Amino acid sequence: MSTPEIIHAHAAPQGFIRKYVFSLDHKVIGIQYYFLALVAVFVGMFLSLLMRIHLVWPTASIPLFGDIKPETYLTLLTMHGTIMVFFVLTTAPQGGFGNYFLPIQIGAPDMAFPVLNMLSFWTTAVAFVVMLAAFFVEGGAPLHGWTGYAPLSAIPSSGPGEQLGADLWILSIAIFCLGSLMGALNFITTVLDMRAKGMTMMRMPLTCWSWFITAILALLAFGVLLAGGILLLMDRNLGTSFFVPAGLSLTGKMIFPAGGFGGDAHFSHAGGSPLLWQHLFWFFGHPEVYIAILPGMGVASQLLSTFSRKPIYGYKAMVYAMLSIGFLGFMVWGHHMFMSGMSPYTAFAFSIMTMAIGVPSAIKTFNWLGTIYKGRIRFQSPMLFAIGFVSLFVSGGLSGPFLAQPVLDIQLHDTYFVPAHFHLIMGVAAIFGIFAGTYYWFPKMFGRMMNETLAQWHFWFSLIGAYAIFMPMHYLGMAGHPRRYSQLTELQYLAPLLPLQKFITYAAVATIAGQFLFLFNFFWSMFKGPKASDNPWESTTLEWTTSTPPPHDNFGGKVPVVNNGPYEYSVPGAARDFVMQTDPPVGSGH
Amino acid sequence: MSEASVAVGGHAAGMMEASPFAIPSKKLVMWLFIISDAVTFGAMLFAYGYVRNASPDWPHPFQFSPSIVNVMLMTFILVTSSLTMLIAVNHAKTGNKSMAMRWTYITVALGLVFAALHIREWMGMIGQGVRPFQNPWGASLFGATFFSITGLHLLHVVGGVIALTVVAMRYGRGRYTGDDIEIWGLYWHFVDLVWMFVVPLVYLLNVAR
Repeated sequence: MSTPEIIHAHAAPQGFIRKYVFSLDHKVIGIQYYFLALVAVFVGMFLSLLMRIHLVWPTASIPLFGDIKPETYLTLLTMHGTIMVFFVLTTAPQGGFGNYFLPIQIGAPDMAFPVLNMLSFWTTAVAFVVMLAAFFVEGGAPLHGWTGYAPLSAIPSSGPGEQLGADLWILSIAIFCLGSLMGALNFITTVLDMRAKGMTMMRMPLTCWSWFITAILALLAFGVLLAGGILLLMDRNLGTSFFVPAGLSLTGKMIFPAGGFGGDAHFSHAGGSPLLWQHLFWFFGHPEVYIAILPGMGVASQLLSTFSRKPIYGYKAMVYAMLSIGFLGFMVWGHHMFMSGMSPYTAFAFSIMTMAIGVPSAIKTFNWLGTIYKGRIRFQSPMLFAIGFVSLFVSGGLSGPFLAQPVLDIQLHDTYFVPAHFHLIMGVAAIFGIFAGTYYWFPKMFGRMMNETLAQWHFWFSLIGAYAIFMPMHYLGMAGHPRRYSQLTELQYLAPLLPLQKFITYAAVATIAGQFLFLFNFFWSMFKGPKASDNPWESTTLEWTTSTPPPHDNFGGKVPVVNNGPYEYSVPGAARDFVMQTDPPVGSGH
Repeated sequence: MSEASVAVGGHAAGMMEASPFAIPSKKLVMWLFIISDAVTFGAMLFAYGYVRNASPDWPHPFQFSPSIVNVMLMTFILVTSSLTMLIAVNHAKTGNKSMAMRWTYITVALGLVFAALHIREWMGMIGQGVRPFQNPWGASLFGATFFSITGLHLLHVVGGVIALTVVAMRYGRGRYTGDDIEIWGLYWHFVDLVWMFVVPLVYLLNVAR
């Protein structure tokens, strides 16, 4: 069977179910992923609000929710982290925007395997439902953190949420792995096999490169987490001891006396290693960080070029930088384990590799700055969020080389310095990438413009809010405030830090309130916004050559032919200040 | 806007950039699946090596007879099934449909024999008291690694047997082409290749001495 016949096996569907629920259209699937992430992000945000309240007023009773006990707090942080990392940062930029715009930007009528595409969305959706179900079973959701560290996660008797809730959590992650792997297969094949005539690899928009590289990372990382999840489920339910050593004691009581059946456990565990879980988890976990941030880098590159009316500075360098970030991302998982008793020589190797990632990251940053330098910048909301992305990427990234030092990590590990670092770079920067993409592509996806005034208010709320929340956390961390503990307000040595904690909570409440500007703008504009033209931003890439919103086969029965590179802005001698990729060839292209 | 005004129901060949690997998408996706699956098996084998090295009382229970003889027989059957798969693929390429189907079914039969021998061996191990959480000889993780790694492989063999049967049937009815036989042949060879790692690591390293 030759490639083209596979592609268009499906005509435009008619019924509601085939059109909007079990749709094979990559655009519908992309929007489904986006809405899944939108629900997830508000769930995750609500959990973080409860955490912030508890950190400052530990005895406060929340209306409709009740008291937050210490174990409830651990549940909140576990589910906040898990939902945000998997169902927002992994789902929205790759599953959402990637699905919708990757085929259009390379000139394809759909993904290479539409049925597989539908399956990967619904697998992910099932994973989300299983994850939420953990809240409602006996004992509640697990409290082992998003990293699921063993032996806490491996022993059902280790806490109230570690019974059925933890099984559901692991099961959900395993299902999510399957969905992501299916998505990754589809993305890679689509990029390699479905590009329109003239769309060479080096003419692809950087967004496509970022989705492509992200898919490669997902392909190589999620299989490891899947294996880890299977082994963890075996430890919990079949009595194996991959991650459980002998002689564990809990509050002074031996839970697995050697050679006997102890406590409420059915099995005698011995011989396993919690460090094995850490290796398996972080071999996935570190690339996962780049799975979250790479699409944001792609979107930022696309937008900085478009709204500065200048070609991207150093297109090839941007591609190679993303490739080397992806490659190096697999060699640095040990920097999450400096304090695990690792040999200093090993830690040194991981430290060197980690700091090496600073090189391609700096290349990207300077290229972004070079792109907007002397540009005719249009400060519209997508551009603001793209600039915000670069700002947060730099601010969050600069604390990376600190944490990459095993010696400094003795002081900084498990303090607020770490959440400050990863929230800025992996959390908020990636979210800014998603916001930038939303404001930029919303007209194409829904056919209407978003309200610019609300968007700009939303930007300033989010940017100032993000810095107000996470900058002080660096100081908390350096002052020795530990993370992951509930009810530390009574501790004498942390008392001077309480005003700062209060400030962070106020900032969080204001920032969360600001997000409703976005939510309102999003749904109001979807129905009431002014109609969008085909190319409202005067962009060059293929999605802006087709109608708004695009027809079922993306280009209305035509096949685009690509003649130019993706960022031909302000080309000397051209009639307009932008040259579409499908326009007659100008200059050298790429 | 200079879109080539070619009315199409799908991209015609020549309207798209050539795939850098010059193979059908279905075959490419199988290769990608094999890579991700290899990563999963790799993680399992890494976990096995990790806990094996960390256990001072790792057991070496496999006697030449019956265990190693049985494993050699299973290996011989699985390698032979790769050969019969190859013959099936060659016939599919020359368009000899009935021969391609016949050799695919022979491959399926060999896969079933392999699975039967494997299950018989599992039953023997279970009869000797090996469980995922204990065994009569030493480190309890021996059973855990043995059952998880060979179990995952057995799952792949059973999956391959089902897939090859379905593919051969659809190929016979003309719904699938020779390419599909070749693509699932790739999967079958991969399952064979994984076994080539399982035999030395799980069996030969644990021979009684």
